[in-house]
Amino acid sequence: MNRRLRWRKFVSNFMLSMTGVCAFVAVSVLFFILGSLVYHGGTSINWNFFTKLPSPVGETGGGMANAIVGSAKLLLLATLFGVPIGFLGAVYLAEFSGSKVAFVVRYAADLLNGAPSIVIGIFAFSIAVHPFKHFSTLAGGFALGVMMVPITLRSTEQFLLDVPRTLREGAMALGASKWKTIATVIVPAAYRGILTAILLAFARVAGETAPLIFTALGNSYWSHGWNEPTASLPVMIWNYSISAYEDWHRQAWAAGLVLLILILVINIMARAILSRGISVPR
Amino acid sequence: MKRIAAILLVTFGVATFFVARAALSITGAGATFPYPMYSKWFEEYHKKDSSIEINYQSIGSGGGIRQVTEGTVDFGATDGPMNDEQLKAFQDKHGFPVLHFPTVLGADVPTYNIPGVSAELNFTPEALAGIFLGRITKWNDPAIAGANKGVNLPGNDIIVVHRSDGSGTTYIWTDYLSKVSEEWKNKVGKGTSVNWPVGLGGKGNEGVSGLVKQTPNAFGYVELIYAVQSKMLYGSVKNSSGAFIKADLGSVTAAAAGAVKTMPDDFRVSITDAPGKTAYPISSFTWLLIPSKFSDAGKRDALKGFVKWMLADGQNYTEALSYAKLPKEVVAKEEKALNNIQ
Amino acid sequence: MSTASTTLPSAGPVAGSRSFFSRLREGDEIARMITFVFAASVVILTVLLVFELWNGSSLARHKFGLAFFVTRVWDPVFEQFGALPFIYGTVVTSVVALVLAVPLGIGAAIFLAELAPARVSDTLQFFIDLLAAVPSVIYGLLGLFIVVPLMREYVQPALKNTLGFLPLFQGPAYGLGFLTAGIVLAIMVIPYIISVSREVLLSVPRDQREAALALGSTRWESTWKVVVPFARTGIMGSIFLALARALGETMAVSMVIGNAPTISASLFSPGDSIASIIANQFSEATGELYTQSLIELGLVLFLLTFILNGLARILILATTQRGSDMGNA
Repeated sequence: MNRRLRWRKFVSNFMLSMTGVCAFVAVSVLFFILGSLVYHGGTSINWNFFTKLPSPVGETGGGMANAIVGSAKLLLLATLFGVPIGFLGAVYLAEFSGSKVAFVVRYAADLLNGAPSIVIGIFAFSIAVHPFKHFSTLAGGFALGVMMVPITLRSTEQFLLDVPRTLREGAMALGASKWKTIATVIVPAAYRGILTAILLAFARVAGETAPLIFTALGNSYWSHGWNEPTASLPVMIWNYSISAYEDWHRQAWAAGLVLLILILVINIMARAILSRGISVPR
Repeated sequence: MKRIAAILLVTFGVATFFVARAALSITGAGATFPYPMYSKWFEEYHKKDSSIEINYQSIGSGGGIRQVTEGTVDFGATDGPMNDEQLKAFQDKHGFPVLHFPTVLGADVPTYNIPGVSAELNFTPEALAGIFLGRITKWNDPAIAGANKGVNLPGNDIIVVHRSDGSGTTYIWTDYLSKVSEEWKNKVGKGTSVNWPVGLGGKGNEGVSGLVKQTPNAFGYVELIYAVQSKMLYGSVKNSSGAFIKADLGSVTAAAAGAVKTMPDDFRVSITDAPGKTAYPISSFTWLLIPSKFSDAGKRDALKGFVKWMLADGQNYTEALSYAKLPKEVVAKEEKALNNIQ
Repeated sequence: MSTASTTLPSAGPVAGSRSFFSRLREGDEIARMITFVFAASVVILTVLLVFELWNGSSLARHKFGLAFFVTRVWDPVFEQFGALPFIYGTVVTSVVALVLAVPLGIGAAIFLAELAPARVSDTLQFFIDLLAAVPSVIYGLLGLFIVVPLMREYVQPALKNTLGFLPLFQGPAYGLGFLTAGIVLAIMVIPYIISVSREVLLSVPRDQREAALALGSTRWESTWKVVVPFARTGIMGSIFLALARALGETMAVSMVIGNAPTISASLFSPGDSIASIIANQFSEATGELYTQSLIELGLVLFLLTFILNGLARILILATTQRGSDMGNA
């Protein structure tokens, strides 16, 4: 009996420590990724990187200034397109709709959310590039915006629904109309969660490459206005890393580091906002 | 805080409209084969006339043909000339033809990365076809060793690398193999994208040279300048006269010499396996694909101006990048053909 | 604060009891209509997406029919297009990814849910969530420059020497190929398995565990033989979710899989996946049939992920519901 019990205890301790190892391994991957990017790309983050345009093939000394600005423009467009649809759509679902309509809209959003990014790229190409006969920043922004819609919609709806009845009923009792209740009571109460949702959606599309290949294409110069193709950080990373030029590899590492830091910072901010919030009681 | 953010946003939005609005921007896409040359040219031309920006994206010749036919770019570029079917597709879609304009001469070279081998190898047409058909699998196969006596070739497996995207470089390579190997012609054929019997795929000339450089025992085909710039070894190929020729300015120009006399009006011609004792057998012209009608006069004139410059001053930049100049007769013919663009 | 209206203001969302015009005046109807338009646009976007995929592949579907799914050949020259190599590549890399990620992920989830104190668990989960946020192209970058050389120089030769009798581990060590792509994918999907499994394990009611412990089981036995089986369907759901994510991965896979449409028993062989070939060839496909075949591949991928995501949702919901129902009973 004693021996058997000892064996079972041994197995228990062993397996449980194994699970600890698994958790440790999983978490350390994050630090490994960050560490590799810093190690390989840290030295290449210099003034040139942020201010120069890409140099001709084979020559050194170029930078990714246009890609950084390009990514910023694409993300701005994506937010302008995706957030209003997601937010206002969620307001409809949470406040006005009946259950049948809500089901259809939620189902559609989930379909959209599950679509692989390359499929979104094909979709954006047929809607925003093909009919207009040119690649453009607008098309790229559209593709990324479409990806932001379902994330923003579902999260915002959840946070709106979580606002306690008492707040709603209080406003109604004071005679406020529905939309006034929503605008001045419900949304502010849920704003932290909504902001988090928007930030998370933003961070998600910031790193997307596939939808941009067929829409924004790329540009070796500055992209003027919104109707021209534009360079972007993720696409530059892709093109540079599969090449044979050492200089391009260095730049790809640096761009990867910049991109990852941006995404991680946004994610951390979003969670910090949410965790401090008292507006969403569990 | 919110107001500051709003002001910044508005300023940013407005500013993007004003930033160097004066520039005329032309977009082209296509071959990676001449990309180092084009990117140099477009930069130099921009220095000469800073109001014109020519944005070229190297997505492969297949992409160049497709996008110029779709009309999503202003011009295309390809090393595999459009075939009759593709020309018809363009004509049917737009109502006017697309024109080919040769720009430089270049070459596909067989590049390799064999541990312990630093010699420049000789390749016979049979060896090349055999390797890419998957019949010859080891580096010390007699078909390769026979042409390289004195070189200690290891018995390692050959890792074949080809293009994963639609490529004119592939077109040139498979065009050559179709000419020298009946089996290749029937089994695989020539095209910008083919059903490769063996090998890994790399994206663009950049991708193939990247793969070969990083993978021991790899063997692939790239445009000459990519092998030079990546500091990789490349071999000589036996031409139709029996001599092993290495790709360089002289041998590539020699390959074009015969074709110059019989150059068709639409400039579509293949110079692989060209006759001539010093000709490099896997050479090719590369072309710009320019629609013959433009609705935007500014773009039309800008492009015509570029091509004129390219045929004159531009040709002085080619040799530094290991591309051969166009023969004089071809230049003269092209200058006349420019008038066909309206 | 009170708004003038000719009828009694109603309490709560019982809008129908007030007249249309009073609602209009108070702006509610406008608000409702505006937000409805936005909600409807979500549906329109989705319908449009499916329509474009369906319509854009019609030529290919009619020409090849069901044979598309079993044809091995992808030949743009002779215009023969078959999806089999890509379906094979997608499935193989995903299976490899799951084989590696599921044990690791469930192990880590068990640790986070059962063993770690709440604060440690939350902190670690925070890091796992950050891992899920890393974009595909960065995984590809690391895959290409770190994993591939590692595979080529050390791992693949070692596997060949020890397990080379299996057809899985034969052939030259390229570094790129199914195995490498599977490994990179495994790292990408672990966070999903961990987060969802952890949630599901946490929702198992306390008395399940306590009952097992009271009967004399060790910690591990109560976890493995009672808690995990209780949460089994939810964990299955997390695996489906991870699978759906793995199927659609484009950039990271494209950069390390070798881009050669091959069907081979060896994991060392290069291959191709559906997402990868679309990314590589879509903007260059000349000819209607070629382009439409690629769109058809996109349609296939979309349907696959749709089905898997749906199944995942059902399974996860079933488990968490069950847990909360039993906990409240």
